[in-house]
Amino acid sequence: MSDLKRTQLFDLHVELGAKMVPFAGYEMPVQYPLGVMKEHIHTRENAGLFDVSHMGQVIVRPKSGNVADAALALETLVPVSISALKEGRQRYGMFTNDDGGIMDDLMIANRGDQLFVVVNAACKGADIAHMRAHMSDQCDIDVIEDRALLALQGPLAEAALASITSVATEMKFMDVVIAPSDFGDLWISRSGYTGEDGYEISVAQDQAIAFSRALLAQNGVQPIGLGARDSLRLEAGLCLYGNDIDETTSPVEASLHWAIQKARRAGGDRAGGFPGADRILKELENGTSRLRVGILPDGRAPMRAHTMLFASADATEPMGEITSGAFGPTIGKPMSMGYVASEYAASGTRIFAELRGKRMPATVADMPFRPSTYKR
Amino acid sequence: MKFTEEHEWLRIEGDLVVVGITEHAAEQLGDVVFIELPDTETEVTKDEEVVVIESVKAASDILAPIDGEIVEVNEMLVDDPGKVNEDPQNDAWFFKMKTDDLSQLDDMMDEAAYKAFIG
Repeated sequence: MSDLKRTQLFDLHVELGAKMVPFAGYEMPVQYPLGVMKEHIHTRENAGLFDVSHMGQVIVRPKSGNVADAALALETLVPVSISALKEGRQRYGMFTNDDGGIMDDLMIANRGDQLFVVVNAACKGADIAHMRAHMSDQCDIDVIEDRALLALQGPLAEAALASITSVATEMKFMDVVIAPSDFGDLWISRSGYTGEDGYEISVAQDQAIAFSRALLAQNGVQPIGLGARDSLRLEAGLCLYGNDIDETTSPVEASLHWAIQKARRAGGDRAGGFPGADRILKELENGTSRLRVGILPDGRAPMRAHTMLFASADATEPMGEITSGAFGPTIGKPMSMGYVASEYAASGTRIFAELRGKRMPATVADMPFRPSTYKR
Repeated sequence: MKFTEEHEWLRIEGDLVVVGITEHAAEQLGDVVFIELPDTETEVTKDEEVVVIESVKAASDILAPIDGEIVEVNEMLVDDPGKVNEDPQNDAWFFKMKTDDLSQLDDMMDEAAYKAFIG
């Protein structure tokens, strides 16, 4: 694994007994001695600490000094209303390409005088180049290389972080703050990717291990690997870039239309003006031929990515495909998400998946599979 | 007890051969979440896929280690697949086979050889 990069927390992962695997160019912990299933349940019942330092942290700094100019510049690349994003708030979005597909999904925060964005590890090089190519007239794109990123998730996350900074208790879902602490300035957002209440915290690299140890010393906090992160996000109905969304899926097909605010839709104040707007605005009006849905198999057999979906037990042509599937430890049964032809997308529709040559019944289901516990 | 390179164990019990997967295999698989067992009274040949086992990581097959007939399966595993992680070499056996030719086990590894095999 010599070509792989390591995060600042590598030595701590090894010390904690993690099994390290290659992921998006990094050596990352897939699980700790607790194991994927128990790590998942621990996060839902207590709190889990995740190293997500492989993700890209980028500051978008307006050359004019006015954050509204950075917001307008970023709006040329995402179908999301950034101009309406208030100071101290964060919002989910996606970079679209000229065909209306998704280049990456990301979080965007307004820090008053600048925007802070967090992008996926596997896409960060392309995302940064894309922002520089299209936004450099108005903004400096500063890639943050000297900070680790941690996620602290679960019902005990608030108490654990409050032991380090009292601001933790004052924040609501999708609030962002810069909080001074014994570990230097912490860039905190009350968000995450597990469906749990919790935080993502950017911390100076040289403080990352000490900060992690301080959190792990709190009541109920365990380190959690990428394995459980995947089953947690799937139970929460959240997309994994590269599996559930990619350059061939539009935000509307991906059922992410909720992330496209009115202002950017046809008839809105700042309608269109992002790559692929023609297709995406039309799809918002007229619908699409396929949609991302949740799927609950009848039996216990997980229906995993690339499993083909059929309208009936004897249909010859598939009408869809699963993009993520696993056993849901909290719901106690298998769960999947995938794309189906739109006429089969209604919740409750009976469909079939081909598993090992056999057609197995399943039901289209609402997501999240397990209700989220965000602190709104 | 005998062991295969496919990480199965075989234990002779009267005139039957009991088959399961090793602790090493269970550990490598991670948490087991689904098991599909074969029908009983089925004649199988060596290396035929007889059990589907899925963990939190992936699906894998268990192959028949010898020629013979499946005479009993461990139904408990269907409702409680996690048993495979708790007690793979005892309670969590998969199936019992009847065979006319127990010499099929002769060339298999004993425990010491299996330990050396997995390093």
